[in-house]
Amino acid sequence: MCGIVGLYLKNPELEPRLGELFCPMLAEMTDRGPDSAGIAVYRDDGEYKSKMTVYSSDPEFDWDGLAAEAGRDLGTPVTADRVSTHAILRSDASTRDLRAWLQDSYPEVRAMSAGGALEIYKEVGLPVDVMEQFGIGAMNGTHAIGHTRMATESAVTTEGAHPFNTGDDLCLVHNGSLSNHHRLREWLRRHAGMVFQTQNDSEVAAAYLTWRLREGDTLSQALEAALKDLDGFYTFAVGTRDGFSVVRDPIACKHAIMAETDDWVAIATEYRALARLPGVDAARVWEPKPATVYSWGRA
Amino acid sequence: MHTLDLDRMAVRDVNQRLHSDAAGTDTDQRYEILNPMGRHAIAVGLDHPFDVTVRGHAGYYCGSMNKEATVTIDGNAGVGVAENIMSGTVHVTGYASQSAAATGHGGLVVIGGDASARCGISMKGVDIVVGGSVGHMSAFMAQSGHMVVCGDAGESFGDSIYEAQLFVRGSVESLGADCIEKEMGPEHVETVRGLLERAGIDADPAEFRRYGSARQLYNFKIGNIGYY
Repeated sequence: MCGIVGLYLKNPELEPRLGELFCPMLAEMTDRGPDSAGIAVYRDDGEYKSKMTVYSSDPEFDWDGLAAEAGRDLGTPVTADRVSTHAILRSDASTRDLRAWLQDSYPEVRAMSAGGALEIYKEVGLPVDVMEQFGIGAMNGTHAIGHTRMATESAVTTEGAHPFNTGDDLCLVHNGSLSNHHRLREWLRRHAGMVFQTQNDSEVAAAYLTWRLREGDTLSQALEAALKDLDGFYTFAVGTRDGFSVVRDPIACKHAIMAETDDWVAIATEYRALARLPGVDAARVWEPKPATVYSWGRA
Repeated sequence: MHTLDLDRMAVRDVNQRLHSDAAGTDTDQRYEILNPMGRHAIAVGLDHPFDVTVRGHAGYYCGSMNKEATVTIDGNAGVGVAENIMSGTVHVTGYASQSAAATGHGGLVVIGGDASARCGISMKGVDIVVGGSVGHMSAFMAQSGHMVVCGDAGESFGDSIYEAQLFVRGSVESLGADCIEKEMGPEHVETVRGLLERAGIDADPAEFRRYGSARQLYNFKIGNIGYY
């Protein structure tokens, strides 16, 4: 059991309130997933092209030192802002170069996300504590996706928490369990050269989508392909730079509910996570159909 | 009418109040429950002919295990509304999530809008009237009772059905194993008319088609004795 929430703001006037609207939604899903929590926030916030969220288990980690070194090696400035156990690196270097440099120079540092707008924060602990730790409630942005985890098949660790980054500005949260993830992980390792950080089944789904997108699929095509190749129970929410997509497996055992007003679109595992959003009483509320890809985004 | 506000009371306290009052002598047996906010297990296990209205959207299992009471959800209902209902009525004015009226033994469940997947799964005598459509695997292993669907039915309707009777006005995406269309006789039109009337839904009973068991799957056949 896990909880998923997503909030996408159609009305730009609400953007300063993203965190404030989002946090109660995720907190409401605590009893579906008290082990750990993660939040993906999308915001265009600077003059730099690329942004990476990085994590070290060492709370005293010298992020400024790392940024200076990266800037020197990559030949373009890199800045670092510490956010609790995470840091945001910003640069005009490509995310690919940044990622490669990080893997070579600091293999112990985990890349949580890469892109132009995406930031991912995740930790072990109660969702309210995790959100407090990173100051999510004060964050602005266009949209956010969150996950509360009750682990079923792999360890409760920071790396094992969702969301999983699946390529630039893409992230995945998963409620459910995949039954063919061992075989698929091996296949992706051998044939697609994918690298895995955990034993988590959802990371396999994320890697699968990354691979499909790399092969040229659109996100919708990648999710359609996932419906054929991923065996198990799932509701996925996938964050994109401009919006998000939702898909449920053909049996649709894993609950999901969506609501939309002129101001926002939201998804949650349960309605109670949406119950306090402004204007929800007049919202269109519905359950996403099985094996159907839903997408929202700015045109 | 008694007003119970879930922004001021815990669900457990509201349910306890309904149970305690059932043992009392209060002649006002009407209740409204405010601010459900998608909370779970509201007004469950009632066993007294109260009239309870939930004002807003309810979470999982609202009105489940109901006996004698009339529970109206003025909004949408989450997973398993009226699950294992024994008697009385549970009425959802909006939509119902999956497994509505699952395993229901008796009584009436009315859903004004659509019900999603597995509506009436393993129903055992409950009557279900849906104003809209039902999702996939509805009436799975339905044993007895009636289901009336004014809209359409999703995939694998009535899979592995026993002796429940199903009526659909619109299309059926596909029938499940051992579920077949059956002749709609005048007595069946009357059955549908009665159920629609009880549900307060205005529809022409003659427009419905009937589905039920081909009795090839669950019946013991003497010719197969050698396999046992």
